[in-house]
Amino acid sequence: MSETRNIAVTVNGKRYERSVDVRLTLADFLRGPLGLTGTHLGCEHGVCGACTILVDGQSARSCLMLAVQANGHEIATVEGLAPSAERLHPLQEAFRDNHGLQCGFCTPGMLMTLVEFLRDHPNPTEGEVRVAISGNLCRCTGYQGIVAAALDAAGRMRKGG
Amino acid sequence: MIGSRVERLEDRDLLRGKGRFVDDVVLPNMLHAAFVRSPHGHAAIRGIAKAQAAALPGVHAVLAREDLLPHLRNERLVVGLPSKSYKQDLNRPVLAIDEVVHVGEPVAIVVADDRYVAEDGAALVEIEYDPLPAVADCCAALAPGAPVVHRGAPHNLLAEFRMGYGDADAAFAKAAHVFSESLWQHRGGSHSIECRGAVAAYDAIEDRLTLWSSTQMPHQAMRQLCDMLGRDENRVRVVTPDIGGGFGPKLVFYPEDVATALAAIILGRPVKWIEDRREHFVATTQERDQYWDVEIAVDRDARILGIRGTIVHDHGAYTARGVNLPHNSAETVPLQYDVPAYAMNVRVALTNKVPVTPVRGAGHPQGTFAIERLLDQVAREMKLDRAEVRRRNLIPPEKMPYKARGGQPVLLDSGDYPRCQAEALARAGWSDFPARQQAARKSGRYLGIGMANYCKGTGRGPFESATVRIGPSGRVHVYTGAAAMGQGTKTMLAQVVAEQLGADLANVTVTTGDTAAIALGLGGSNSRQTVMAGSSAHVAAVKVREKTLAIAAQLLEAAAQDLEIVGDHVRVKGVPDMKVGLAMVARAVAGTAGFSLPQGMAPGLEATEQMVIDDMAHANGTAVAEVEVDVETGRVDVLRFVAVHDCGRMVHPTLVDGQIAGGTAHGIGNALYEWMGYDADAQPVTTTFADYLLVTATEMPRVEIAHQESPSPLNPLGVKGVGECGVVPVTAAVASAVEDALSPFGVRIAQTPIFPAQIVKLIEEARR
Repeated sequence: MSETRNIAVTVNGKRYERSVDVRLTLADFLRGPLGLTGTHLGCEHGVCGACTILVDGQSARSCLMLAVQANGHEIATVEGLAPSAERLHPLQEAFRDNHGLQCGFCTPGMLMTLVEFLRDHPNPTEGEVRVAISGNLCRCTGYQGIVAAALDAAGRMRKGG
Repeated sequence: MIGSRVERLEDRDLLRGKGRFVDDVVLPNMLHAAFVRSPHGHAAIRGIAKAQAAALPGVHAVLAREDLLPHLRNERLVVGLPSKSYKQDLNRPVLAIDEVVHVGEPVAIVVADDRYVAEDGAALVEIEYDPLPAVADCCAALAPGAPVVHRGAPHNLLAEFRMGYGDADAAFAKAAHVFSESLWQHRGGSHSIECRGAVAAYDAIEDRLTLWSSTQMPHQAMRQLCDMLGRDENRVRVVTPDIGGGFGPKLVFYPEDVATALAAIILGRPVKWIEDRREHFVATTQERDQYWDVEIAVDRDARILGIRGTIVHDHGAYTARGVNLPHNSAETVPLQYDVPAYAMNVRVALTNKVPVTPVRGAGHPQGTFAIERLLDQVAREMKLDRAEVRRRNLIPPEKMPYKARGGQPVLLDSGDYPRCQAEALARAGWSDFPARQQAARKSGRYLGIGMANYCKGTGRGPFESATVRIGPSGRVHVYTGAAAMGQGTKTMLAQVVAEQLGADLANVTVTTGDTAAIALGLGGSNSRQTVMAGSSAHVAAVKVREKTLAIAAQLLEAAAQDLEIVGDHVRVKGVPDMKVGLAMVARAVAGTAGFSLPQGMAPGLEATEQMVIDDMAHANGTAVAEVEVDVETGRVDVLRFVAVHDCGRMVHPTLVDGQIAGGTAHGIGNALYEWMGYDADAQPVTTTFADYLLVTATEMPRVEIAHQESPSPLNPLGVKGVGECGVVPVTAAVASAVEDALSPFGVRIAQTPIFPAQIVKLIEEARR
C-alpha cells in the first residue's frame, strides 16, 4: 500500500522524527501523530484558511502540504504562539479583548495569518488587514472583531507587546 | 455581572489551540469511518458488492443496510416536528434501503485503521444503480407529470397548509391599490467552519454507548439513539464538545450519528467519523429555495388592508425537521405591521436534493424579504418615502403587548418599533442620502440606500434546564441542557449565576451539552439559550443564594439579611472579618453520618430549574444598507450597514454585538453570493468554496450597531434572543438598496441572491 518516509520536522521549536505515509497531509501529521490539534481543518481544499501554519516563517495551508514536504523545515502552529502557560501573545490578547473569536474554529488560522502579516506590516490600515485575512473564512464574527483585534494588536506590538 | 463586558470563559483555551472539538477526541484503539454516498439524484439500488473493499488491508468492516438491521429497532430517523399538514411521511433511513433519492445519501460505511484507508475502501465498494428520473426544482416537482422523488410516492407534495385570519379577499375588493410581487428566494447552507462529526465508543462492561457529536441538541440525539437502538437512557450518553459553529443544521439528528454508533457497537472499538467539506455540501441539511407570489392591498393612505399569496417551499428529499421553516416564513410576513387580513397558502415540495431544515434565521429572512419588498413597491408606486410607508403601518408601542395573529396567536411582548426605525434612519443619514446619491451619479457612480424592519420570536419553549450547585470545594457548578456552539453560552450562564453567587466568574464552572450531567434538556436552536437556559439558571441561582444565606446565618450567628456573598465566601455586611467560606456552607448540608443537618435545612446546596415559558420573546430591529452598484459589471459593494436592534436586556453587550455582526455577514452572503446550485438532474454544481462563495473580510463593511433595550415581561431577566436576529433583515435591506441605486433604470429586484449577471441583464432589459 502506501509508501513511508522518515522525516525530521521542527514544530514550535521542538524537533520530531517520524516515519510517515507519503500521502499524509501536513495538517493530519500535526493533528494526529504529533497531537497538535490546535490546527483545524475546515475545507481541505485550501480556501477556508483554518489550517494555516507558518513554514519557515511563511504562512501555508497545512491541508495542501504533505508531511514529507515539511522534512527539514521549521513549522509554527497556534500552540507555539503564547510565550508561557500564563501569558498570551499580544495578538491573542487583542483577540480576547476585541471579541475576535466566537466558536474559535477559524481562530488558529486567523492568528497564524495575522502573526505573519503584522510582522511584515507593523502599522497596517483597516483595509490592509481585511485583505490580509481575505483568505480566511469566519462564519461567526462578520470579521468585525477580528479586524479590530488585528489593529489593536498592531498597536500593542509596536509598543513592544 | 449582568450587563457587563466580562472576559469570555471560552477564549483562553480556544486562543491557545486547546479547544476540544469533536475531531480532537482521540480514544485508544479508535478506528475511522468513511461513507459511500449516492452519486445519483435518484436511482434504484440493484446490488452492493463489498468484498473487494472488505479485503483491503486495514479495512475492518464494510457495513450496508442489511448489516445494521439486526441492531436496529427502527431503521428510520423519525424526527419530524408534528404538523397536521403532512401528506406523506418520508423519514430518512440510516443507510439507503433499495433506492437513493439525493446525491450524497449514505449507502454504506467503511471502517478502517485510518481515514485514508477508509476512503480507499469506500472507493472499492461497488454499487449497481439503475438511474431514475430526478427532479431538482420545487416548482417543477409540483407540475403535473413531474418525476416522483420517491419511486413509491403518489406525488411530490409533502405538505400543504394555509395560514391567515380576517377576510383577505374582502380587503382586496375594497382596496384603493393592489400591488404584487413574484419572488425567488434562495438561502444556501450553514457552512459552519467546522463540519459535522461523531465519535462513538461502546463500553461492554457497563453496556453503555457514548457518542461525542457536534450536535446542537444532545438530549434529543440521545432520545433518538435510544429509540433506534432499543436502549434505555442509562445506556446511552451523548456529549457535545466544543462546536465550531452551528447555525442550524447541527440541531438535526443524522444518519451518520447512528451508523457511527452502530459501527462502534458491532466492532467493539471506538469509531470516529469526521465530515469533510465535500460531504457537508451534499449531506448536511440546507435551506435553498422558496418561490413567492404575494400581493398587498392598501388604502389611499398606504395603510395595509390585507396581504395574500402562495409559497412553494423546497423540502428536499426527506423530512429531517418538519414544516416549521415555511411556517416561520409565512408567519413573519404580517408580524410587526398592522395587517387586518392575511391569507397565505404554502405548498411544501419534495425534490431530489439534501433535506431542508433551518439555517440561522429559519425562514424569517424570507418572510421579511417578502413584506419589505411589497412595502417598497407601495412606496414607489404611491410616490411616498419608503420609511414613511412603514411608519404608517408599524405596530405602535402603546399597543404593546400586542396580540398578533400570524399562524397561531402570537404575543408581541415589548418594543418600540417606530423608535427603532427612526434611530436607524438617523444613524444612516437616510434623509441626507438623496443629495449624496445625486452627487455620486454626476460622477457616474450608482449609490443606493435601503431599509428593512424585522421582528422575530426568540427563546422557543417550553423550557431549558439548569442545575446550580455549590460543591464541598466551594466552587459553583452550573449544568444545563443548553448547548454551546460558539456564541459564549457558558459565559452568559456564568454571568447570570455569578450575579447571585459571589460575582466571581473564576469560581464558576459551566457544563453544557452532556446528557450524563443533567437529565432533561432541549439544546441550542431558535435563539433560545439566553432566554430559556438563562432564566432557569437565574431562578436556580436565586434559590441556592437564599439557602446559602440561611445556612451561613446559622454558622455566623447572624441574620440572613445582614449577609452578602462575595467571591467564594459569605460575610456580614460591613464586617469583612465575620465570614464563612462557600465550601464550609456546602459541607454543612453535605451531611456527616450520625450528625444532624443545620436546623430546618434539606441536604445539598443545589437547585434544578426548568422554567416553562411558552410565549416567545420578540426581538425587533431595523437595518439600513448603503450600496454601490457597478452598472457595467453588476458588482454590488455594501458600503455601509447600520443595524439597530432590540433584544431586551443585554447580558453581555459585546457578545450581542458579535451576534449581530455575524448575522449581518451571513445575510450579506445570502443577499449577494451564496448559491447552492443543482442542475436539472439534481446534481449539485457548487460543492467547493471556490463555487459556493462565503463572504470574506473584504466584502464586509464595518457594521454600525446600536441597541435599544425593551425588557421582555415574559422572563425574569427581561431578555430576548439575538443569535439569529442579525441575519433577518439583511436580504431585504440590500435588495432595497440595490433597487434604489438602479432607480434611473427602473430595475426591480425580486430575488436573492442578487447575482452580478442578473443585474447586468436587468439593466440591459430596462435600457431596451
